[in-house]
Amino acid sequence: MAESVVIVGAGIGGLRTAEALRGAGFEGAITVVGDEPSMPYNRPPLSKVALSGGVHVAELEFRRKASVADVEWRLGAPAIASDFTSRTITLADGTQMSFDGLVIASGIRPRRLPIPGPETGRYVLRTAHDATGLRNYLAPGRSAVIMGAGFIGCEVAATARGLGCEVHIVAIDEQPMFRPLGAELGRGLRSRHEQHGVNFHLGRTVQSFLGGDRVNAVLLDDGTELPASVVVEAVGSVCNVEWLEGNGLDLTDGVLVDQGMVVDCEVPIVAAGDVARHPNSLFGNIPRRIEHWNMPTETGRRAGASLAALLRGQQPDPGPFAAMPSFWSDQYHHKIQSFGMPGIATSIQIVDGSPDDACIFEYSDDTGLVGVVGVDRTAELSPYRKQLLDR
Amino acid sequence: MVTITVDMDKCQHYGQCCFEADDVFALNDDGQLEYVKESDESRRADIESAAEVCPMQAITVE
Ligand SMILES: Cc1cc2nc3c(=O)[nH]c(=O)nc-3n(C[C@H](O)[C@H](O)[C@H](O)COP(=O)(O)OP(=O)(O)OC[C@H]3O[C@@H](n4cnc5c(N)ncnc54)[C@H](O)[C@@H]3O)c2cc1C
Ligand code: SF4
Repeated sequence: MAESVVIVGAGIGGLRTAEALRGAGFEGAITVVGDEPSMPYNRPPLSKVALSGGVHVAELEFRRKASVADVEWRLGAPAIASDFTSRTITLADGTQMSFDGLVIASGIRPRRLPIPGPETGRYVLRTAHDATGLRNYLAPGRSAVIMGAGFIGCEVAATARGLGCEVHIVAIDEQPMFRPLGAELGRGLRSRHEQHGVNFHLGRTVQSFLGGDRVNAVLLDDGTELPASVVVEAVGSVCNVEWLEGNGLDLTDGVLVDQGMVVDCEVPIVAAGDVARHPNSLFGNIPRRIEHWNMPTETGRRAGASLAALLRGQQPDPGPFAAMPSFWSDQYHHKIQSFGMPGIATSIQIVDGSPDDACIFEYSDDTGLVGVVGVDRTAELSPYRKQLLDR
Repeated sequence: MVTITVDMDKCQHYGQCCFEADDVFALNDDGQLEYVKESDESRRADIESAAEVCPMQAITVE
């Protein structure tokens, strides 16, 4: 009998792994289980054009290769448990599904901080559903308080300003996007936001939410009270791995895999996308999770090929995994593009332009160049990307 | 023959496509995408890869 594969997570990682399984000649049944009601769709626009223009999931859906036309999609069906010994997963409605091979592509969700006060009026941003809810509250004259000054927080800030909101960003960091980009570029990006009227409260935390049924203000640790028609929490992420507990896996930070995206266990299991903690030979093979949009495609291709080999009883390709992390961000009319892993750098140097204008920053550690970031300089980054690939 | 169409209403000029098939896609000096509309069949795999990695899913390959 032909083998069957279950993929948990109907996002880009799940889709690309399904396509790669077919690409590697796997002909058995593939079922994708997803807790969201929609087919895999593109998330990055949710904080950018789709948030300002209106969220239409159908327009964000990925085109799917013809080879996955026979894949079965079980949507709106969260997996709540798994048992590797009996090779089954359990869905929230109690259904048990058995598999010969399993793909873990369940991604991450936004972290929520335990802060006292009303719940209503607090939003996170991961899904189209989140974006639709948030969009309703972004209108001229409304006040948006954004917790977190990372990329998503800053993109929402830019979009909310474009929609006419008063915008406050509250963050513990000394500069926006400080951890991935460093202080100097962070300061330059902050001044762009300030020119567009965003108010920063840096080095601050939220102590409580104020209001009756609904948040109407936010109290900071220094006693400042900010009016809030809506609160957006963009303070990092949590991996969706609860459904994997009890199988003896290392789940400390996502799912640990080898260079073939294979989980170390008796059963053919691979992981892909934001949830996979994988080595990358371009950056010293230290297993890391990388929450960049291009990585589910890279890890999914590899995961699909490995799983197809395992199910044929063969060893997966033992070669190194070498993929270039690539990240972009739109804030106002500015385009930020990053290659490599600027966040691990120990020294940062501006090599072109000025932080307040179009510029390029190099990020290095004791092994040499580890990342490059350009603001409004995308076309000029090519040679740096090549240099990183040749590491 | 591979036919390439980019929906320029969707394209945000991120240039990700250029790294997959630099003979087909390029950003010009103003940072705007330029591309050739037809390419040889032998280039299909790379061009499909470019369509896959386009953040705006703006590229159609026929
Ligand atoms: C608002 C926003 C803006 C972004 N902007 C950028 C950007 O500009 N540039 C960039 O490089 N990256 C960006 N990203 C990151 C990028 O979108 C992610 O890296 C990518 O979506 C990860 O894909 P994935 O398939 O691993 O996870 P996901 O896309 O999260 O897919 C996982 C799916 O699995 C589902 N799931 C989880 N648990 C279960 C379960 N138990 N059972 C069933 N289903 C489950 C989830 O609901 C989800 O549908 C952005 C992300 C967001 C949210
Ligand atoms: S990757 Fe897509 S959005 Fe970017 S330049 Fe190419 S077509 Fe345009």
